[in-house]
Amino acid sequence: MVELVIYLVIFGTLFGSFAGAALLVWFERRLLGLWQDRLGPNRVGLFGAGLAIADIIKLFAKEDWIPPFADRFVFVFAPTAIVMAMLLGFAVVPFAPDIHVADLNIGLLFFLGMTSLAVYSVLLGGLASNNKYALLGGLRSAAQMVSYEVFMGLSLMGVVMQAGTFSLVDIVLWQADNIWFFIPQFIGFLIFLIAGIAESHRLPFDLPEAEHELVAGFHTEYSGMKFGMFMLGEYLGVILISSMIATIFFGGWLGPDFLPPIFWFFLKSFAFICFFILLRAAIPRPRYDQLMSFGWKYLLPLTLINLLATGAILLWA
Amino acid sequence: MGMILKAIWSQLVTLYRVLLHTFTPTDTVSYPEEMPYLAPRYRGRIVLTRDPGGEERCVACNLCAVACPVDCIALQKTEDEHGRWYADFFRINFSRCVMCGLCEEACPTYAIQLTPDFEMCEYDRQNMVYEKEHLLISGQGKYPGYSFYHVAGKAIKDKDKGESLNEATPIDVRSLLP
Ligand code: SF4
Ligand code: SF4
Repeated sequence: MVELVIYLVIFGTLFGSFAGAALLVWFERRLLGLWQDRLGPNRVGLFGAGLAIADIIKLFAKEDWIPPFADRFVFVFAPTAIVMAMLLGFAVVPFAPDIHVADLNIGLLFFLGMTSLAVYSVLLGGLASNNKYALLGGLRSAAQMVSYEVFMGLSLMGVVMQAGTFSLVDIVLWQADNIWFFIPQFIGFLIFLIAGIAESHRLPFDLPEAEHELVAGFHTEYSGMKFGMFMLGEYLGVILISSMIATIFFGGWLGPDFLPPIFWFFLKSFAFICFFILLRAAIPRPRYDQLMSFGWKYLLPLTLINLLATGAILLWA
Repeated sequence: MGMILKAIWSQLVTLYRVLLHTFTPTDTVSYPEEMPYLAPRYRGRIVLTRDPGGEERCVACNLCAVACPVDCIALQKTEDEHGRWYADFFRINFSRCVMCGLCEEACPTYAIQLTPDFEMCEYDRQNMVYEKEHLLISGQGKYPGYSFYHVAGKAIKDKDKGESLNEATPIDVRSLLP
């Protein structure tokens, strides 16, 4: 019985995240349409939601071409890496008190590790394509992700210090007893949000693909379902980061009793997914050097100050 | 530092303004079910109009063909027995036309006009070539009341030189009388 529940949770997480990512393709376009005073895709199925399926069919039906000048093995491997890493990241997300694939005592570190692994996908994809645009995209992504990784991790350390644990379930439980983390750790929350956007290379930090300058960046040479995997990875990343923000800073499944906990979790994650899309609709992409200097000159000191202040207050109290 | 704060503030304002667009109505419509409003001056399918007397306005001056940037107008001049000019054939290849409206601007007789109709898709490219009988309409289009031959001072069938409303009677330049 217990095993069955675990399998259910595992498959639910797996297919739920896939379906979520596929639907997000459609939902993002609808929302962008709404904010740009357009209608957005509204033809296939209910409110155009069939677009998700049509998109998948299209991607599968496309020619799956491997350029003769590419490094075959790495070229094929790269898109799978991002999907695998992101899906593994979902393993530690606590959807509700007892609904999670794994409650690791280093859950937070596991999540950070998995999102860092995703950079290999982009980097290797760019490198293996043997194309100058792809290479530039890969280089950018390497620099961007490695540098934003630093404050992504550090911004969470304040939370870890206060809660005294790396386990995501325990972090949520701490918030149940005390206060949601976005109040005491507001700076940490802001930095994690920014770093999260950069980490999932979404607009406005989508410099690795930057279609206006680099054709399509690291996935210039990709087509068919291999390209689809990159897209899937990106949308999985958006969902993962959103659910992490909800879990770590906004009390995960916590909420008034009239709705089941899992619903609160999805509601909060959904709000952040919408915020990600709003960013895409509203904010233009910075220049590459601006992005790097913003990270190292402003975000890093701010994170360290936040960390020091949190530590000092904890010691003093 | 101040610059950074200002930049962050401007980003936040941007986000807020875009968010407000949640409540504005869309500018686009679901096209095939719902027609968008097209202004009367919209540049779409081209027609050849007639003057108030029901005669063809086009005098086959070739100005439109010269003005056309993609050279998609072809025509040939002919004359009736009273000296009035007509187009013998008048052909517009709409598969090349870019709907720029320069032909309309060039036309001295308001004959060629663009209309707010853009639904002219064809499966066969050959069907995009419109001949004079397809182009000619029975009305006056956007400029009612204008008749080139009644201001041009040229004799046609029922009207001699200078007999029309805005025309002066011709002066006999060889006479010495005032
Ligand atoms: S609209 Fe422009 S392109 Fe079309 S026939 Fe007239 S001049 Fe030529
Ligand atoms: S349509 Fe106008 S410009 Fe073209 S030949 Fe006729 S009179 Fe001249």
